[in-house]
Amino acid sequence: MLDFLKPPVQAFQDCIVLGLRAVGNVFRSPHYADDIFQQMDTIGVGSLPIVAMIGFFSGVVMTMQMAHALQQYGAQGNVGQIVSLALIRELGPVLTAVMVAGRNASGIASEIGSMKVTEQLDAMRALGTDPVQKLVTPRLIATTCMLPLLTIVADYVGLVGGWLVAYLILDIPTSQYWSSAWQNVEYKDDIAQGLIKPLVFAIIIALVGCFYGMRTTGGTQGVGKATTKAVVVASIWIFVFTAMITRIFT
Amino acid sequence: MAPDPAVVRFEDVSVEFGDTLALEHLTFELRPGDTCILFGAAGSGKTTLLKAAMGLVQPNSGSVYLFGQDITHLTEQELFDIRARVGILFQEGGLFDSLTIAENVAYPLLNQRVLREANINGSGSRSVEDRVKEVLHFVELDQTLEKFPSELSGGMRRRAGIARAMVTDPALLLYDSPTAGLDPITANTIVALILKERELRNTATLMVTHRYLDGHLMANFRYNPSSGAIERARPAAGESGPVKTRFFVMNAGRLAFEGSEAELHATQDPYVKKFLRHGSA
Repeated sequence: MLDFLKPPVQAFQDCIVLGLRAVGNVFRSPHYADDIFQQMDTIGVGSLPIVAMIGFFSGVVMTMQMAHALQQYGAQGNVGQIVSLALIRELGPVLTAVMVAGRNASGIASEIGSMKVTEQLDAMRALGTDPVQKLVTPRLIATTCMLPLLTIVADYVGLVGGWLVAYLILDIPTSQYWSSAWQNVEYKDDIAQGLIKPLVFAIIIALVGCFYGMRTTGGTQGVGKATTKAVVVASIWIFVFTAMITRIFT
Repeated sequence: MAPDPAVVRFEDVSVEFGDTLALEHLTFELRPGDTCILFGAAGSGKTTLLKAAMGLVQPNSGSVYLFGQDITHLTEQELFDIRARVGILFQEGGLFDSLTIAENVAYPLLNQRVLREANINGSGSRSVEDRVKEVLHFVELDQTLEKFPSELSGGMRRRAGIARAMVTDPALLLYDSPTAGLDPITANTIVALILKERELRNTATLMVTHRYLDGHLMANFRYNPSSGAIERARPAAGESGPVKTRFFVMNAGRLAFEGSEAELHATQDPYVKKFLRHGSA
């Protein structure tokens, strides 16, 4: 009766096994440092412009919306506080992760998927290389290192966007905006939450991308399907996990 | 106990993919210097057989022995050292897009643990670079060292794949459709290279092909090292055929035929006859 649940449960289990193997490889040689740095460049530096842009406009929009709402209570001057908490706790990590999922989970799935359908993964195994160690572990390490950094950039650029709106449109003094934004941020709660989330999201993005890439079948059409699945599944899990982590902190 | 004389031995091997039976109770062996030609329609299990022979696919039942060792239940890490003695040409080539031809050919020398250690300890007789040049010269691709696979024609990519398969001097070579999709002249060049390798190194060869002509060439022709030409072979004393070559025909995961070229022609099996008629057309 519950047979329809078998494929997703099996996929989830396989994904967890892949993750454990990838983590286990961190402590086993050979280590592919070149691949890690190359992936850091692709995932981190490559995503920087788009993440900065998304962060900036999130701050701009948040400030305009919140200022409008706060005006009704005469608390427009506190807009910095609202914007900083929303950005650091939620919008920065989630929007950055969704952008990186769109850009990199798809990239990882299509790259590994293409290798799978052209038998390059089998060739790797035949020639003495574990594809998980060579392909999955470097991407996992690189994404885990770069996503928190990208999130910090997105948060900061978002706050700058908010400040521009506050200063130029809302006539809120610079010192008031920044002190309101800064003083209400707590390390234990807000900063910790804002940094734990990207760590978890990074694992999701890298693992889901690699998992669907390595399961690709059916030629180029299969690569397309794997890419789409990777982005959709990674995005869904990002929202599921942000809800769970937020619940833990509140 | 006497050492197993077979290079590769299948004992009642079955492989399933979900509900599909890819190999069904397969039993055969291949000894040093043997050549085995594997015919069969698409989806009959030929590629699965090749992959199972080097542990890339794990059987659901039965045992695969490689160089006398049961590889059926070995882990991936344990298999790496055994695979270093096997060369394989994949149907899709399997060349790494991001590496040059020289890097592709050098890959097994630099990444297979036993060979890497031999290079580091200096027990390898030649440097990796020299060996790569030598083997690319063997397949007549001297000018392609710094080119990427995407810059080569299909036939050249196939030859680069052969170079990578033979760079480690393996005792067993597996070829998955080496002539598929190539024009007759290029296909014959590829078979000539395989003949040359077999003749010079007495390698056990397992070749999957759709072309009957490939099998015929492998069974009846040999490379003459002194003249450097491919010539018709004469039957050796005490042997029934010119070259020790067996033919397998696969049908839906089972061996529909196993025997010599003469037996292949004499068989009354309707599937094999049909396959031969179309294959030699």
